[in-house]
Amino acid sequence: MVIVNALLQGVLLGGLFAMAALGLSIAFGILRVVNLAHGEIMTIGAYLAAVGLSSLGVSVWVSLLAVVPLMGVVGYWVQRLLLQRALTLGELAPLLVTFGIAIIIPNALIELFTTNKQAISTGDLAVRSIKLADGLYVGVLPLLTMAVAIALIAGTQLLLARTRIGRHMRAAADDSETLRLLGVDHRKVYAAAMGLAFAIAALAGVFFGMRQGGVTPFDGQLMVLFAFEAVIIGGLGSLWGTLAGGIVLGVAQTLAGVVSPELPLLVGNLVFLAVLVLRPTGIVRSKVVV
Amino acid sequence: MTALLAAESITAGYGDSRAVSEVSLAVERGEVLALVGANGAGKSTLLRVLAGAHRPTAGRVHLRGEDVTDVRDFERSRRGVCLVPEGRRLFASLTVRENLEVGAGSRRAGRWSVDTVVEALPILGPLLDRNASQLSGGQQQAVAIGRGLMTNPDVLLLDEVSLGLAPIVIDELYASLAGVWGGGLGIVLVEQDLERTLAVADRIVCMLEGHAVLEGTPTSLTREQITDAYFGHEVASW
Repeated sequence: MVIVNALLQGVLLGGLFAMAALGLSIAFGILRVVNLAHGEIMTIGAYLAAVGLSSLGVSVWVSLLAVVPLMGVVGYWVQRLLLQRALTLGELAPLLVTFGIAIIIPNALIELFTTNKQAISTGDLAVRSIKLADGLYVGVLPLLTMAVAIALIAGTQLLLARTRIGRHMRAAADDSETLRLLGVDHRKVYAAAMGLAFAIAALAGVFFGMRQGGVTPFDGQLMVLFAFEAVIIGGLGSLWGTLAGGIVLGVAQTLAGVVSPELPLLVGNLVFLAVLVLRPTGIVRSKVVV
Repeated sequence: MTALLAAESITAGYGDSRAVSEVSLAVERGEVLALVGANGAGKSTLLRVLAGAHRPTAGRVHLRGEDVTDVRDFERSRRGVCLVPEGRRLFASLTVRENLEVGAGSRRAGRWSVDTVVEALPILGPLLDRNASQLSGGQQQAVAIGRGLMTNPDVLLLDEVSLGLAPIVIDELYASLAGVWGGGLGIVLVEQDLERTLAVADRIVCMLEGHAVLEGTPTSLTREQITDAYFGHEVASW
């Protein structure tokens, strides 16, 4: 039962990793930008929710209504004003720009909030669980996280497949110059894609914060590691691959935790390395996002 | 009368290499203007300049009398100039229908929709839900032309329509295009196949090493004149 329980918790933890990986996958799949600041964008999302909680007294769910669109707008303009210029300078420039952002944000957060953990309370949601059988429980928050992750992936898939902006995003990923020849300003398409990636990252950051009960300036470093690992395990640029990658990582970590509490991170990294060596294209053989 | 699209003394190149030197031309509504010349004559570069995809080092481009030299490619497409590029360059991860729908990105009103494009290019009918990467060369070219038409252009710039296609496929494609020529659409056609060009063009501009060296109608020019201009006098005099 211990193993079954660990498996179940691992699968649900995978939902959180998938959510974290989704924005990264969109940025890479459509813009071919490896966003090294992805974890920090998640951290900012969590901080905004924490500030909403402590300063305005609104619940974390209400704060999400503001945080997610706000970060979407931030992503749009970061792409338009900063990353788009970098993209014209070659493949290395955007990588360096996002690396710079990844350094600036935690330091700015320390200046503003110190290194103390900012609490993100969800009331009793974090401890509520549903009994499936004797000794087998699922937490309501992890279940909700998984449901949101699946909804996000399905929603993104629908957006890309069924909407005009989605078609333009996929076309831009294929050939942005030809897209321009057809009257579409690819810069706006890229910016919309980055806005989407930022919004989803912020949402994932808040869910991370809820799981951990709060957020610190350096949480992004760990979050981006999990996100990268889920993306690589699942298959670079594949939407449902991020879910599969997240679940593999989650299960690996949780099963390792059964053996020893020090092992989860190490085993997760080893699984990631094994996939890189044995199946570098990822475990899901599918189209790019895209 | 103001030309639909006019290039005045266009000079363009890549780095220190000059591909087009002081070329002027104009295309009117309903006219098919063919650019002929050997590989490297500067035809494709000139088309890219007309489409706004390549910035000239000198010269101006006018659309309906308005200077559009500094107007970017996507904006020029919205104003009615569309380039169907060499190599088709379809969006490989999209279906044929989606490729066509992306062509409507310029949001210009006009006669072309997915239905009217399929009517003009019937080869596309059974292919609409197929992925663009699964098509043959001729099918890809039909999609590329259909996608260009979906922008509802006033001027369509067609680069190397028959390149790499079997003769029978080219015949079918040109038979379909008969419904596209005319109708007020100005067309600048770059085509290696001289016979084909002479059959469809209203006017011909022959380019040699970046210069426009000969201009006339298919009936006013002799085969020798075109061949001389195509290969250069030295080769033709052998």
